[in-house]
Amino acid sequence: MDKPKLGELIRSFDKEAEVKEGKQFVEVNVPASNLYKLAKRLREDENTDFDFLFCLTGVDYGNDLGVVYHIRSSKFNHSVVLKTRISDRNNPTLDSVSDIWKTADFNEREVYDLLGIRFSNHPDLRRLFLDRSWGFPLRKDYVDEINIVTK
Amino acid sequence: MEETVKEIIDENQEYVINMGPQHPSTHGVLRLVVSLKGEMVRNVEPHIGYVHRGIEKMCESITYPQIIHLTDRMDYLSAHINNEAVCLNVEKALEIEIPKRVKVIRTIMSELTRIQSHQLFWATFGMDLGGLTCFFYGLRDREKVLDIWEETCGGRMLVNYNCPGGLMYDIHPNFQKRVKEFIKYFRKTLPEYDQLLTGNVIFHERTKGIGRLSLENAVSYGVTGPNGRASGFSCDVRKHEPYSAYDRVSFSEVLFTEGDTFHRYLARMEEMRESMNILEQLIDNIPEGSFAVKMKPVIKLPEGEYFQRVETARGELGVYIISDGNKNPYRIKFRSPNFANLSALNLMAKGFKIADLVAIGGSLDLVIPDIDR
Repeated sequence: MDKPKLGELIRSFDKEAEVKEGKQFVEVNVPASNLYKLAKRLREDENTDFDFLFCLTGVDYGNDLGVVYHIRSSKFNHSVVLKTRISDRNNPTLDSVSDIWKTADFNEREVYDLLGIRFSNHPDLRRLFLDRSWGFPLRKDYVDEINIVTK
Repeated sequence: MEETVKEIIDENQEYVINMGPQHPSTHGVLRLVVSLKGEMVRNVEPHIGYVHRGIEKMCESITYPQIIHLTDRMDYLSAHINNEAVCLNVEKALEIEIPKRVKVIRTIMSELTRIQSHQLFWATFGMDLGGLTCFFYGLRDREKVLDIWEETCGGRMLVNYNCPGGLMYDIHPNFQKRVKEFIKYFRKTLPEYDQLLTGNVIFHERTKGIGRLSLENAVSYGVTGPNGRASGFSCDVRKHEPYSAYDRVSFSEVLFTEGDTFHRYLARMEEMRESMNILEQLIDNIPEGSFAVKMKPVIKLPEGEYFQRVETARGELGVYIISDGNKNPYRIKFRSPNFANLSALNLMAKGFKIADLVAIGGSLDLVIPDIDR
């Protein structure tokens, strides 16, 4: 499916989603509360069939934390980027998509480990790389006086 | 005392052992906590992070040409392809047109990388299953590729040959001759690999039907590369989204449907042949021209988001850059193929014997620094 058609279809799936045609992908900004529903719809709808989550990234935007999902359909070979933001930095929570795409299981653990975003309904949300004594190093306000050399 | 003995021999009780972090078959510092019932694997839980260096965090404070040198240290067997991914992304963001000569040389280098990586896979996979001869054969032939690199790039493994805008330096005058010699040599030795391992009855017993991964699960777990293609997942980035000179060569995507350990192995053997086909098409057709575009001394990407996918020897590597217009990225994410491949290990190994876990793990061809980043 080409980009304008895909964008229109996603607009019809979720009225609150903000669909933008990027240079490379169709980019969708979706409120955190609608993310799971839209993701499930994109996975299950016959015309979109996004079955391959090829990149899951956690981002610290400064005021907000965010998660970016790059998804592709192995059947139709079209891709979409889902972006969501959470404004609560102290207790950021998002619905897990690990039951839709299995690979999200590990990726969400990584995001939790490095950015501290909690995923509700995740089967096994533990830290992945670091132990409990660390903070969340990929946050922009993270300071570790012992281990990080600043210029 | 008596009770403890009873507990150990109690057949219904699960027995939990640590495989790694220092275990020869994990090929790095990977720790697998394996729950066993007798000899049967009930559950495998990977514990990772032993070589976590925080590459993504480090990249936020260094410039783009410097980042290239960190990507070497992720998947060190596909070092050249990792470099290429970052370069392609930077070039795409700056909208620079790269000379055809660079594209072709990059493709040749990438395919040499793939061949030497699969040679090492074959060597260590044979060794994991008890055939020590494979190790000597594989490393002997891999040395020939490393020698070609040494002559042109100066480095043997972490070659650092790419830079944004092209290549560090032009190819050595001997380069084409030596690559042709290598292809001629390897066409003769690759059938020896088959004679030694592929047709071996013990090898068949150890690998056929072991660790099946269905197509549906391969897609859902994001298993790419030869592992995914062994399950029938058409995921070759070189075909679907051609970069460099892959749109100018004809080659076929190696696809199987069985998805067991044996076919993951076969997929790599076939890929080596395909890589040699690609090399043969390109090696005599390197266009004349300059080997790099002149770049500004400080590279600043315009504000925005950029994503570049490439096919490394282990699957799909994605580089996702969020730039705020500065000389270093605001956020960079590496979608590493091994990370996704590892996540499917538990599913594959469940219900098989612990010796099969070694075979399955070997067939995934994991490189641990790429998982930890």
